[in-house]
Amino acid sequence: MKMYVCVKQIPDPNTVVSKLDPNTKRLVRSGVTLVLDPGDECTISAAIKLRDTLGDSELTAVCMGPAGAQEALRRALAMGVDRAILVTDPALAGSDALGTARVLAAVLKKEGADLIFCSTESTDGYTGMVPGAIAEFLGIAQLSFAREITVEGQKATIHRVTQAGYQIVEANLPAVVTIASGSFEAIYPTMKGIMSAKKKPFEQLSLADLGIEASQVGEAGARERVLAIGQAEARAAGQIIKDEGDAAQKIADFLQRYALL
Amino acid sequence: MAKTIWTLVEIEYGRPARSSLEVLSKAATLGRAEAIVLGAQAAEVAPMLREYGAAKVYVHADPAYDTYLTLPAVDTLSELLKTHQPDLLLFPTTYDARDIAARLNARHNLGLITDATDLQYEGDELRVTVPWGGENVVTATHPHGGPGIVLARPKAFSVEKVEGGNAEIETLNIALNGASQSIKILDRVEVASEGPALEEASIVVSGGRGLGKAENYKLVEELAAALGGAPGATRAIVDAGWLPYSYQVGQTGKTVKPTLYIACGISGAIQHLAGMKGSKYIVAINKDEHAPIFASADLGVVGDVLTILPQLTAEVKKRKAQ
Repeated sequence: MKMYVCVKQIPDPNTVVSKLDPNTKRLVRSGVTLVLDPGDECTISAAIKLRDTLGDSELTAVCMGPAGAQEALRRALAMGVDRAILVTDPALAGSDALGTARVLAAVLKKEGADLIFCSTESTDGYTGMVPGAIAEFLGIAQLSFAREITVEGQKATIHRVTQAGYQIVEANLPAVVTIASGSFEAIYPTMKGIMSAKKKPFEQLSLADLGIEASQVGEAGARERVLAIGQAEARAAGQIIKDEGDAAQKIADFLQRYALL
Repeated sequence: MAKTIWTLVEIEYGRPARSSLEVLSKAATLGRAEAIVLGAQAAEVAPMLREYGAAKVYVHADPAYDTYLTLPAVDTLSELLKTHQPDLLLFPTTYDARDIAARLNARHNLGLITDATDLQYEGDELRVTVPWGGENVVTATHPHGGPGIVLARPKAFSVEKVEGGNAEIETLNIALNGASQSIKILDRVEVASEGPALEEASIVVSGGRGLGKAENYKLVEELAAALGGAPGATRAIVDAGWLPYSYQVGQTGKTVKPTLYIACGISGAIQHLAGMKGSKYIVAINKDEHAPIFASADLGVVGDVLTILPQLTAEVKKRKAQ
């Protein structure tokens, strides 16, 4: 089976307070630590687990981003992905979710993907609108918010997270599956994995390779426009105390003062 | 000219879902609100929407919408878009509506703004407010004319009843395409939890990485139980596999607006703040005095959550017994 996982490189959510550039109105990517999206690490792990269960399958990571995003793909390879494809092109800067999906779908179509994994959403933009758009462009099913997945023959079945619990949902392949964060434990790259990653196939593509017009992607193709970037209203400063053995008392006093107990 | 705004109304236990009524109520304040209700119970639910400002309701009472995800609804909305020109499609941010919006956007190249907390028209121009990254608020629009999609953050708008609403109800005569019935729901499983539901609880006690290890999460559950509240969690500890996704509070996960929110060992990542900033009172306990969560707290306690939580649970029990 030809399996794929779409990944993204983002400012490290654990150390960087991500900001928007008021001039370009884009995410500030320079001068900050960039990492493979931690949500994608769970998704990659889910895909690796399934590949190993199914056998006779190959898992490819696909990423759209600047040249530096190859670092994120290297990590995916070190985790156990078999090969990687980076789509990079100056015309892609400022792409919205739809532009991103257009590019990823073109790669997946060219490759003849059977099963495509995505995270439910990225940890920087959170729109969650890329996977469904990929499925639409490819004319295939999307199985979303999966916390479990099994594949038998040409059919995939997932447990789909809902507000009240989950649904059991099935569709025929090819399909896009989105993985709910926290459903799979991330695999950490081993030293052996890191060493072997350097020898794995790595392909770089441009828009021309995919036959996509520059006007369909990037800022030119975006169907949304940012009019203004303002400052969020800060909440009125509260009281900060240090625990000197009496914190529980003080919190209980606070709760009683506002009739919360 | 009054704007025409479509909302997709989801059905929960035979009633319109609260999140759908939130966006319908908002749509009614912006212009002419038109609701689309799909599924076996749609005909019964449609008249209920008059009370929430719908001027028109499109109904298609086909059970295929309940059995097959996403595509039947996308096809129906696509059909409707061929013969109608709404100015905006305003959807709630729910699992089903997100899937539908993503595909509909791709099919019609509409433009899609997610996570909106407010929207208004200034003249003809739509202005959508989207909080971004904790420090910024973005104002965005669909610049290309034609209908765009906006997904509204849960609880961004309140449910408003209107007097004397009189919506026209139109039963759609659309044959669903067999090919759209490809993502099949085989079964629905409800996972019962003790205590109040996280989204409805008036008190929420949440834990984060500062708890150190999964076993310590029970301290959070014990305090929540003593207060009669619901336990919640950050994405970080859900990602780490300590708890199921249903506990997650944040931009991903659940949006909560309780009277009291107690954040235990939570640093205050943007993703988490987005899901709980609307709480009336916020108490935060964290050993790092520089943790961003303190900027949002009414009462911040710099200290060891593992020491303070059992003491606080005991104190709450003691005072409640008095």
